[in-house]
Amino acid sequence: MKFRSIAMAAALAAAAASTLLASGAALAQAKVQFFPSLTGRTGPVAPNATPFANGYADYMKLVNARGGINGVQTLVEECETAYATDRGVECYERLKGKHGGATVFQPLSTGITFALTEKIPADKIPMITSGYGRSDSADGGVFKWNFPLIGHYWVAGDTVLQHIAKQEGSWDKLRGKKIAVVFHDSPFGKELLPIVTERSKMHGFELLLLPVPAPGVEQKAIWLQVRQQRPDFVIMQTWGVMTPTAIKEAVATGYPREKMFGTWWSGAEPDLRDIGAAAKGYSAVMMQHGAEPQSAVVKEILDKVHAKGQGTGPKDEVGQVLYMRGVVGAMLAVEGVRAAQERFGKGKVMTGEQARWGYENLNLTQAKLDALGFKGVMRPVSTSCNDHMGSAWARVHTWDGSKFTWASDWLQADEQIIKPLVRASADRYATEKKLTRRTPADCQN
Amino acid sequence: MIYRENGQFKTSYAADQQVFPIAQDRIAIGLMLAVAVLAVPALADEYTFRAILIPFLILSLAALGLNILVGYCGQVSLGTGAFMAVGAYAAYNFMVRIDGMPLLLAFLLGGLCATVVGVLFGIPSLRIKGLYLAVATLAAQFFVDWMFLRISWFTNNSTSGSVSVSNLDVFGLSINTPHEQYLLCLGIVVVFAILAKNLVRSHIGREWMAIRDMDVAAAVIGIRPVYAKLTAFAVSSFIVGVAGALWAFVHLGSWEPAAFSIDRSFQLLFMVIIGGLGSIMGSFFGAAFIVILPIFLNQFLPAAGGLVGVEISTAMIAHAELMIFGALIVFFLIVEPHGLARLWSTAKEKLRLWPFPH
Repeated sequence: MKFRSIAMAAALAAAAASTLLASGAALAQAKVQFFPSLTGRTGPVAPNATPFANGYADYMKLVNARGGINGVQTLVEECETAYATDRGVECYERLKGKHGGATVFQPLSTGITFALTEKIPADKIPMITSGYGRSDSADGGVFKWNFPLIGHYWVAGDTVLQHIAKQEGSWDKLRGKKIAVVFHDSPFGKELLPIVTERSKMHGFELLLLPVPAPGVEQKAIWLQVRQQRPDFVIMQTWGVMTPTAIKEAVATGYPREKMFGTWWSGAEPDLRDIGAAAKGYSAVMMQHGAEPQSAVVKEILDKVHAKGQGTGPKDEVGQVLYMRGVVGAMLAVEGVRAAQERFGKGKVMTGEQARWGYENLNLTQAKLDALGFKGVMRPVSTSCNDHMGSAWARVHTWDGSKFTWASDWLQADEQIIKPLVRASADRYATEKKLTRRTPADCQN
Repeated sequence: MIYRENGQFKTSYAADQQVFPIAQDRIAIGLMLAVAVLAVPALADEYTFRAILIPFLILSLAALGLNILVGYCGQVSLGTGAFMAVGAYAAYNFMVRIDGMPLLLAFLLGGLCATVVGVLFGIPSLRIKGLYLAVATLAAQFFVDWMFLRISWFTNNSTSGSVSVSNLDVFGLSINTPHEQYLLCLGIVVVFAILAKNLVRSHIGREWMAIRDMDVAAAVIGIRPVYAKLTAFAVSSFIVGVAGALWAFVHLGSWEPAAFSIDRSFQLLFMVIIGGLGSIMGSFFGAAFIVILPIFLNQFLPAAGGLVGVEISTAMIAHAELMIFGALIVFFLIVEPHGLARLWSTAKEKLRLWPFPH
């Protein structure tokens, strides 16, 4: 009896292994470009990370429906990290060599980004961290494999302060004011601090730093401090369950939502839907796009993916803020490969190393973006050897009780302030790691 | 039949008191080590090294350290994550602040710093016992978390609070490939396992066990509780600190205090309980169970679903993994409350009688 059950188990395991091998072999024959997806579908950030993963997967399906990248089909395999760094590292190791090698990683977690930054140069796999991760990795001279395309935390911090200054009239009006920063007590939260500290020195406003321990569901003490100190504005660098908790606490404390501003991970539908009308007036700065249900790319996804029953998530989330961020992330990943194909051979599968060249020489003009269906969603992006960000534009949107409406025009982060900060921080990293800056010759390949 | 000690006569005390008195055990351990050193590096791929073997070895070491405290001395601790963090951050600071610091020395110094912190937080154990002590060691966890988040000197004034290391080398040999990292971890784990095994068989180990079994009786027969408890805290935190440094330097490469959160403390305590309290071998079983099983389930479930033609979503896999994992913990604790190590020794007992049990 016992022997039989052991034999059964062994047979099952063998069968499972053989199907795995068989499916791997079948995929190896077709030309596929493998895009691994590290997801956070469970855990403290699940409400926010799930739409991102769905958007990422849906756009890749759309690329395939459009005929692939010059004929090369895309393939997504997910691995669940639950926002934990050690699971993220395990997922990275699991996926990096699969299906002919990973093209690019997008971990959607600052903690995982920090850990992978140390690993990707050896594995020669680029990493896109749009709007998160290391801000100093915008300096391509030091961070050859990191691409914080279209924005990082310092852009978010700068633009949200610009918006507040504009609302008040000018930067001078901020002098003597008190601005509280409620942040996730982790590298993710702390990454915002250098830029707000810099700006507070420049314009003479006072900072009140309020760290919230992860995962951020315990914030009573923080908001008591807000109540006592009555800051003129509150900036929130929050993510996942922490954001709705903060807004609920603000409602309970009676702090006006009109004076609360989120960065771009703190202003999406899952954060505010349940609070509804009570959150009216809350604003958040958006990394270029916001909720874009009217955009051409969303209509195309609904038409070519969801209408065929291949949608990854629920249909009504298509076009929401974080879904769009997944779509934009996937688009950048694909367009980098397309750019690499221009140089290394159209219709070929690109290696991680070749794709890296593509991300470094990305030139998405408005015409190209419009053709991809991103008209009104994004502005042009153009990267170079030294600039791995490519664009620093943002807009602010405000919650009207049931949806977001745009509250500002396009804002551009002040390069004069951010560039030196990025360079100084990157240089510090380079000295710590005993790295030398890349030479102009290295930029050519 | 093959596992019999008939005919193995001991003619000296040394032979009688060695770690593995049975020749077959010595051969088995020798073979296991040979496989681990020679065969595994030849067979394992990079994923197996980085995602399974290295974390398994390092967490086994941490569980071993905790087992000395909880399993041998009976002092429940929830501060293991904190002691690991102290080891990791101390080693980091020695590395960045002293030029040309050898890696192994930094690990040992990290372990020493953890020892100091461990003894400091072990002092309350002289007055409080059991669950109350667990709560007191919880203070270490929160204090250390706070310290490394707030005091930027410890993180070399890194703006994000995250620190990183790379390009490690030992005696001029670089250890950046998974193969080399595995061998480094294996070497350290083997050395510490041998030390720990001998320590628990020595007079000090017997003192710990006396304190664990009944502290009043132990004090009556002349064992000083202060000395016994604090040495257990010291030895345990030293090993845990070295494991923390390894975890940070070799496995993660870049880390933040969240890598050593309260979850890590619980995880290690579960390893010790499931593996077997008061057993060196049990630490390895516990670590294997807790490190490898979730990863196995995570990859096996979609494959098993594929066999019957069901595509399981990523979120569902994650949920199912937790449910099955939890159910297995309950199952093992019901079947064998003394941990997997007891199953191992039961198996050995049976094997000695096999094939004629009566």
